[in-house]
Amino acid sequence: MIAQPAPKPEILARRAEIVAALSAIVPGDGVISEAVRLKPYETDGLAAYRQVPLAVVLPRTTEQVAAILRYCHANGVRIVPRGAGTSLSGGALPLADAVVVGLMRMNRILDIDLDDRLAVVEAGVTNIGITNAVAGDGFFYAPDPSSQLACMIGGNVMMNSGGAHCLKYGVTANNLLGLKFVTIEGEIIDIGGAHLDAAGYDWLGIITGSEGQLGLVTEVTVRILRGPEGARAMLAAFNGTEIAGAAVDAIIGSGIIPVALEFMDKPCIHACEAFAHAGYPLDAEAMLIIEVEGSTAEQDDLLNRIKAICERFDPISLKVAESAEQSLAIWKGRKGAFGAVGRISPDYLCMDGTIPTSELPFVLKRIGELSTQYNLGVANVFHAGDGNLHPLIMFDANDADSFHRAESFGADILKLCVEVGGCLTGEHGVGVEKRDLMTVQFTARELDQQRAIKTAFDPQWLLNPSKVFPLQGDLLPPLAAE
Amino acid sequence: MTLAAEAPPDEAGLAALVAAAHAAREPLAIEGRGSKRGLLRPVQAARTVSTRNLTGITLYRPSELIISARAGTPIPEIEAALAEKGQHLIAEPPDTRAIFGVDEAATLGGIIAANLSGPRRIAWGAMRDHLLGIRFVNGEGAVLRSGGRVLKNVTGLDLCKLLAGSYGTLGVMTEITLKVLPAPEATATLLYQVPDIETGVRLLSAGLGSPFSVTGAALLPGEPNLAALRLEDFASSVTYRTARLRESLAAFGAATVLEGEPSRGFWRDLRDAVPLAARPEDAVWRVSVRPSAAPAVVRVAEALGGRTLLDWGGGLVWVAAPPTAAAHDALAAAAAVSGGTCTLFRAPEALRLAVPVLPAEAAPLAAIAGRVKAALDPAGILNPGRMRAGF
Repeated sequence: MIAQPAPKPEILARRAEIVAALSAIVPGDGVISEAVRLKPYETDGLAAYRQVPLAVVLPRTTEQVAAILRYCHANGVRIVPRGAGTSLSGGALPLADAVVVGLMRMNRILDIDLDDRLAVVEAGVTNIGITNAVAGDGFFYAPDPSSQLACMIGGNVMMNSGGAHCLKYGVTANNLLGLKFVTIEGEIIDIGGAHLDAAGYDWLGIITGSEGQLGLVTEVTVRILRGPEGARAMLAAFNGTEIAGAAVDAIIGSGIIPVALEFMDKPCIHACEAFAHAGYPLDAEAMLIIEVEGSTAEQDDLLNRIKAICERFDPISLKVAESAEQSLAIWKGRKGAFGAVGRISPDYLCMDGTIPTSELPFVLKRIGELSTQYNLGVANVFHAGDGNLHPLIMFDANDADSFHRAESFGADILKLCVEVGGCLTGEHGVGVEKRDLMTVQFTARELDQQRAIKTAFDPQWLLNPSKVFPLQGDLLPPLAAE
Repeated sequence: MTLAAEAPPDEAGLAALVAAAHAAREPLAIEGRGSKRGLLRPVQAARTVSTRNLTGITLYRPSELIISARAGTPIPEIEAALAEKGQHLIAEPPDTRAIFGVDEAATLGGIIAANLSGPRRIAWGAMRDHLLGIRFVNGEGAVLRSGGRVLKNVTGLDLCKLLAGSYGTLGVMTEITLKVLPAPEATATLLYQVPDIETGVRLLSAGLGSPFSVTGAALLPGEPNLAALRLEDFASSVTYRTARLRESLAAFGAATVLEGEPSRGFWRDLRDAVPLAARPEDAVWRVSVRPSAAPAVVRVAEALGGRTLLDWGGGLVWVAAPPTAAAHDALAAAAAVSGGTCTLFRAPEALRLAVPVLPAEAAPLAAIAGRVKAALDPAGILNPGRMRAGF
C-alpha cells in the first residue's frame, strides 16, 4: 500500500467550524458532513484506496469555488478536487483532514459556437455531454477516454485525458482554447479564451494535466470538430506479438495514420471474446483493430491499403467491416475489455505506461515473465499507434498478499516502461498510484523543479496533497515535513 | 548590442556558462542563430549566449513518428531529413527570413521558444502540441528534462508547454523531441473571390466546418479579396474532396483550383507572410482572435493604412502598418474587444521598447508569472526584458 500522510489533528478538531463556514458559502444542500453520505466520496476509480474526507462541498458557481478556496487558504485546510471520481490513479482520493470540492453540480453548457468551432462548458459537464450537445450539427469533441459516459471535462483537463482516437486527434491539451481558473487564494483568472495564441506563457499548457496541483478549473472552452463522413474498422490477427508489431510499423511507415490502432494480446482476446462474442480469433497471439475515416470510397481505399500491408505478415485472420454495424461488432469486444477482465478475475489493476512502439515485443515478453514470477494473470490491451500500454493485472482484493503482489507487478511494469525509453503514465495520471515511482523517471533535481513550480501556484501545498510528488525529496513540500 | 555571441560546444558547456552567470547574477541574452532578434523586445544583457553549436539530429524513428534534435539545428536541416522519409513538421513553422530580412534560418530551439506555427495549425495544432520532450538548462545552470520520446505522456507537470513560447526566459532548451507525421501525397487549394471580409470568413468557417478535413483556411484582402481552402491527403482523397467541397460551397461562387507545386507555393508564401515582408519600413503584428472577430480587426488595420493577411480561418490576422505607438494601441484594443491577443512581431527597436509587445496579464496571473519565473530562473538572468519590461 502507498502510505498517506497523517491528518493534522488541529484541522480534525475544527471540523464543525469548517463545515459551518462551507455551509455559509454554499447554502442549502451544498455541504455533506454525515458519515453515511460521505461514504460515496471515499474512493475513485482506484478502488483499492479509501479514505473518508473531512467534508464534501458541492458548489454551483465559480464565485462559490473561489470563496471555498479563499477560506481554505486562510485556514490551512487541504483540498481535494473531484469531478466524476473516475480517476484510475487515485487522483481524487480524499484525505481525512481534506475537503473534497466536487464540481458535478456545475454542469451547464454555456455557449456553443459552430462558426468559431468551440463550446464553453462548466467543469462538471460529462465528456460525452459535449459531443451530444453538438452531434446534431455533425460536430464532436475529440478526446474520448473509455470513461467518457461518466467522466467530466474538468477532470479531463486536470488529467490531460486521452482515448482511443488520439493518434489522429490528440489528447485533451490539444483540444482546449480556454479555462476559468481559480487559484488557491480564491482569485478567478481567465486563461486563453476563444483564440489560439497565448498572450505570454502557456498557462493552458501547464495547467492541463496538473492533477489539481495548481488550482481548480470551473469552466472550459473546448475546440469542437466537424465529424468525418464516416468511419469503419477492420480486424487483423497474427501468430506473434512481434509480427503484429511489425505490421503496425509497416502501416504507419506507409503514410497512413488510422484514426485508431488498437492491439490486444491472447489473454485479452480470450477475455473479450467470452464477454462480447465479437467473433475474435481465439488462436491468435495478437490482434489489431484498425479504424479509418472518410467517405465510403475513401474508407475502402484505406482499408484495402492496410489489408495489403497486413497480408505481408501472414495474418491468420483479416476481417474488414462491410458496414457501420460490423464496425461496432469489432469494437464491441475492445470497448468491453475492462469489464471482460472483471468477469474472469475478482479485481484487476489497470496500468498505463507508454513505450516506444519498437519495444513492444520485448516489453510483452518481460510482462509474461513477470506474470509467472508474481503468479498473477495479465491481459494486455494497447493503443498501438502511440505506444500507450494498458496491462490489466488480475488479483483478488480479499487476499492481501495477492493485492501486494499485484502492486509490485504493476510497479515492475512501469519501471520497465521507463527503462526502454517510455514513461510511467500515458493518460491516467500519476495520482497516488504512481507517486512513489516518480523517482524512477525523474532525477531529484527535476522533481524539485516541478515542486518549485507547484509552490509558485500553491505556496502552502494545500491543493490535492500527497499526489504526484513523492513525499521524500531534497525540497520537502510542507506537508511531508510533518 | 553587437557583441559576438558565446556559443558553447555542448550542453555541459552551456550549463556551466549559465551556472556561472547565475552565481554572478549576470544577465544573458539567449538565442539560436539570432534570426528573430527583431521579435518582441530587445534584451537588456551585456552577454549573448547562442545554441548554434548544439546541432544535429540525435534520434529519428519514422515508424514511431518521432524526431529528436539538438536545439541549434536549423529547421531546414530537420525538414530535409524528414522529407527523405516522406514525413514533415506537422505545424509547418514559418521561415522567418523574409519577414525579418535576415539570412539565417531559424533553429529548432528558436521556433519552439517562440511557439511559431503555420497554416496547418488550424487543423493539426501548434508546434507546442507536437512537442514531446525537452532537455533544458534552467536559470541556475541545472540540466533538466521534461516529457520524453513517446507520443503519450502525462507524467508530472508539463514543462515542455511552459517552455514553448517562453522566448528563452525560463530556460535554455538544448534538445527537443517532436511528433512528426507522414507528408501528404497530394494537395489542392480552392480559391474563391469574395465581396468582403465578412463573407470570406464565413466561407472559411463553412470549409472548416465541412467533413472534408480542410488543413488550411486563409483570406487575402485586396482587389479582389481571395479566400483559400487547402486539402491534403492521398491523391484519390484530395480529388474526391475537392469536388465535394466545391459542391458544398457552391453558394460562394466558382472556385479556381491550384494543385501540386502552385498549391504548395501558395501556402508557403502565406506561412511566411511574404506579401507583408515587401515593405520593410512597416511594423508587423500578429493578432489572434476568434475567427468571427477578424473582420473588425481588419477594419481597424485598414483605417491605420495597414495591409492584412488572415490565416487559421480568420483566427490569425497578420497586420503590416506604419510603426507607431498609436497603431499598436489601436490593434491591441481591437484584439482585446473579443478577448484575443496582439503581438508586435516586427518593428524598429524604439517602438518595441515603447509599447507592451504582448498584452498585459491580469494582476493575479502576473503575480504567478513572477513566481514561476523565479522558480526556474531565481536570479532573473535569462533574457530579461524579452517579453515584458522589467521581467
